Amino acid sequence: MPKLAPATALESERAWPRLTELVVCCAMLALFYGVVVVAGTWLGPFTPAATISRRPSALPRYAAYSLLRLGIAYGLSLSFALVYGYLAAYRAKLERVLIPLLDILQSIPVLSFLPGVMLAMIALFPRRQLGVEMGAILLIFTGQVWNMAFSFYSSLKAIPRDLHETARLYRFTAWQRFTQLELPSAAIGLVWNSMMSVAGGWFFLMACEMFVLGARDFRLPGLGSYLQVAASAGDTRAILWGLAAMIGVILLLDQLVWRPVLAWADKFKMEQVESASRAESGVLDFLRRSPLLAALHARALAPLGERLTLFFARHAHPAAERRRPAAVKVWAGRAFGVLFLAAVAYGVAGAGLVMAKVSAAGMAAILRAAGATFLRVNAALLVGAAWTVPVGVAIGFSPRLSRVAQPLAQIAASVPATALFPVVLLLLTRVGGGMGIASIVLMLLGTQWYILFNVLAGAMAIPTDLKEAANVFGFSRRQRWRLLILPGIFPYLVTGLVTASGGAWNASVVAEYFHFKDRILATTGLGATISKATDTGNFDQLLVATLVMAAVVVTINRLVWRRLYRLAETRYKLEG
Amino acid sequence: MPAIQPNGPSGPLIEARQVEKFYLQPDRHRIDVIAPTDLAVHAGQLIALLGPSGSGKSTLLRILSGLARPSAGEVLWHGKALGGSLPNVAIVFQSFALFPWLSVLENVEAPLQARGIGAVERRKRALRILDTVGLDGFETAYPKELSGGMKQRVGFARALSVEPEVLFMDEPFSALDVLTAETLRGELMELWLEKRIPTQAIFLVTHNIEEAVLLADRVIVLGRNPGRIRADFAVELPQPRDRKSKRFFDLVDHIYKVLTQPEIEHAPPVFGAASAAGAPAAKGAPRGQMLPHARPGGIAGLLEILLDRAGKDDLAALADELAMEVDDLLPIVEAADLLGFIRLAEGDVEITPEGRAFAEADILERKVLFRAAALAHVTLLQQIVNALRVKSDGAMPDDFFSDILDEHFGPDEARHQLDTAIHWGRYAELFDYDANSGRLHLPEA
Repeated sequence: MPKLAPATALESERAWPRLTELVVCCAMLALFYGVVVVAGTWLGPFTPAATISRRPSALPRYAAYSLLRLGIAYGLSLSFALVYGYLAAYRAKLERVLIPLLDILQSIPVLSFLPGVMLAMIALFPRRQLGVEMGAILLIFTGQVWNMAFSFYSSLKAIPRDLHETARLYRFTAWQRFTQLELPSAAIGLVWNSMMSVAGGWFFLMACEMFVLGARDFRLPGLGSYLQVAASAGDTRAILWGLAAMIGVILLLDQLVWRPVLAWADKFKMEQVESASRAESGVLDFLRRSPLLAALHARALAPLGERLTLFFARHAHPAAERRRPAAVKVWAGRAFGVLFLAAVAYGVAGAGLVMAKVSAAGMAAILRAAGATFLRVNAALLVGAAWTVPVGVAIGFSPRLSRVAQPLAQIAASVPATALFPVVLLLLTRVGGGMGIASIVLMLLGTQWYILFNVLAGAMAIPTDLKEAANVFGFSRRQRWRLLILPGIFPYLVTGLVTASGGAWNASVVAEYFHFKDRILATTGLGATISKATDTGNFDQLLVATLVMAAVVVTINRLVWRRLYRLAETRYKLEG
Repeated sequence: MPAIQPNGPSGPLIEARQVEKFYLQPDRHRIDVIAPTDLAVHAGQLIALLGPSGSGKSTLLRILSGLARPSAGEVLWHGKALGGSLPNVAIVFQSFALFPWLSVLENVEAPLQARGIGAVERRKRALRILDTVGLDGFETAYPKELSGGMKQRVGFARALSVEPEVLFMDEPFSALDVLTAETLRGELMELWLEKRIPTQAIFLVTHNIEEAVLLADRVIVLGRNPGRIRADFAVELPQPRDRKSKRFFDLVDHIYKVLTQPEIEHAPPVFGAASAAGAPAAKGAPRGQMLPHARPGGIAGLLEILLDRAGKDDLAALADELAMEVDDLLPIVEAADLLGFIRLAEGDVEITPEGRAFAEADILERKVLFRAAALAHVTLLQQIVNALRVKSDGAMPDDFFSDILDEHFGPDEARHQLDTAIHWGRYAELFDYDANSGRLHLPEA
């Protein structure tokens, strides 16, 4: 069981525990209050378009609402990812279906789900606010679950055979295997992917807190809607307040949640030798000093874990292991498979009928739009790479620069691009730029950071002796780039570009079509097609455009990125 | 201690009857890993299983311990077949296989927890075992804070905590430095000989011949391709054993002979007690040539050392001198033998005139000599060169040769064979290989 090690209280730190206790108690009280308030609103009457106040004093409340949506969506994602990863890793038959499916699900633009999900949820809870909220949460969920599922799956697959054999040999129950082997093995990957997922979650949260569906206008109280309202009104002060609140929340989340979790997860490293660099967190140390939490762990959590483990161990039947499944089970499995296939066939036939209704001219328009978005995405990637490669390498090569620039870049990257969209549009419309340019800028905003951080990591990973060799042999600037830097960062650059490309396609849905000050700003593109179809309730077109986008993304992944990946892994891998 | 008691009062602890392991290729082609094998483990024995890499040592260990199922045949424990359930055994792994996120104490307690033993009793037992293996004081340490030797002590403690009937060990000392390994061996023998552990038999897989002779009452030597028992004999030297004694050395020497000469009889030279019971006469028709995975540089090194020793030496002495283990030395010796650079006789290595010429040549001449030897003796290289010469552009994809090799070897070994062939071919400048396109081609004239 993961646990917080009780810290030894030093004599000189007597004053600390009381303060710690106070802080911990206050935090719990605040949390309780928040739950009550939220429950009141969510279970309250259905108000699709909440009035959004532009007063800064409303910001804490909005931030709390946004955070809560994110938190619930994250919890759902984690549970789903665990189940999905588990099934894919241990059921060979399911693995063949689930893993390619993951690839496709990741490529579908999440935002095109928005209308369907929202309408379904509102229909489910017609009288309560809960419906819209659930819709938003589900949407964020679909945006952040896949990479976590894949991470858990590959962690399970990477568990050394010896450890699996040990668990079998000593007759670990499924529960003990899960808590002592599988979850710890996957912990670090899950933490990093959780951080990525939540960052992605902000992106979608901002987009889905305020949207138009046909004639209906939906507004959920939150930071995203606050920023959009502020930008629509051209209220610079409110925009600045909103951005500051958003950055503040993200930084707090980083300091109070991710850093402690990362530092705690350090013990799950699959290393046999202690490494020099360890993640550290003052907050974690603070929590570890809290006698209240220590007592909670010692009196409640640890005994509970112990009870569970022993319960399962004593009620397991070792002889039952690997018994042949009963004929009933086999037939039930087959029946389920047939039903599943029938459902899939029904869905495919339905989609085919819908697509048949789209005229040749309509199809041509969609393909033209796909071409336009393709060019735009690649333009954004090019521009992104053009500035991030030199800057990333410069920062990566200079420890001094890196100390200053890295935290700044992290803050800049943490602001979800969708939060900035209204602001950027406001600026661009003032200088008179068109939506064609604006959409590229918007895509760039959302994706350049992936490239920058990967290039940075790549530059830092180039071994010093190779750099020294380049100096000793007097390489020219051109030679250094061609022989050392570009090959060295290549695998990282590919990784960054893959992620950026996926992100840019997804961003096109919001970047090419935008409600702004009661106007619609739009340009030709697949994203715009999807958004417009959503807006006007043209579900046939929505379906076709979404499928086309998923197909284009999967095709590009297969044809371009996967090959580059393989090249990076075989030829440009720095071994040793 | 009598090693083999075929008609003992209690019968064998474990009995393997005609166990086999094979894989079916998609085209129904069968790749044998272990040929049908009989083997019995009796109480009171410490058995060492020796064999070159690829002889299925670890696979056999996993079959006997119930972790893996044989493809055919059956394993009996106390005369009863294992119906998928696991007997009370433990394995000590080469890699230690400790859970890095659990403390020493938690690692040792985990198997007891799995058996539903309560916290108090569990702690008592774990602490007692940790005490036995000399780990008191390290209970709260995490594995990464420990040295290799200490980690393996935790591995032993965890294995002993379940009081296994048979303790299996899969090269437990291979990852340790020489001195630590020696200490741990001594401590293990103390526990075993003084019967301070309730374990009834120990089954040790190793590739270290001296280790086998030092510890075991009975040594089983496996051959490979497919894995089968080549020799099975008792070691009747009193404990503690003296590595410098003549009988010890003769026994090591004999095992080298078994390992290097395919046609040797399975009887030890000096003292009898050979067990024919476990050794089938599986000669196994030679299925094509298997390249030993050695580098030309290693072969040249071996030949140079032989030259320094007047062109002839005893294999066991050579291994001892070079402090090399059999897994490292044997492929080089086999490769030199295959290329006709040395002759093997009765565990002795003798350099041939071709070998002498190779050892004395300079870098470029060596390539010429190696090329001649390779084309004369190595079937796979002959096949590759012939195939390339037939093609008008002198190039072939490597998949073509992988497919041919797949018929004789498992997928990993097939790739390994091709890699070695490519390495030799490149060194001899017989052909070139473009790793990006995966194509072999004749060198440009």
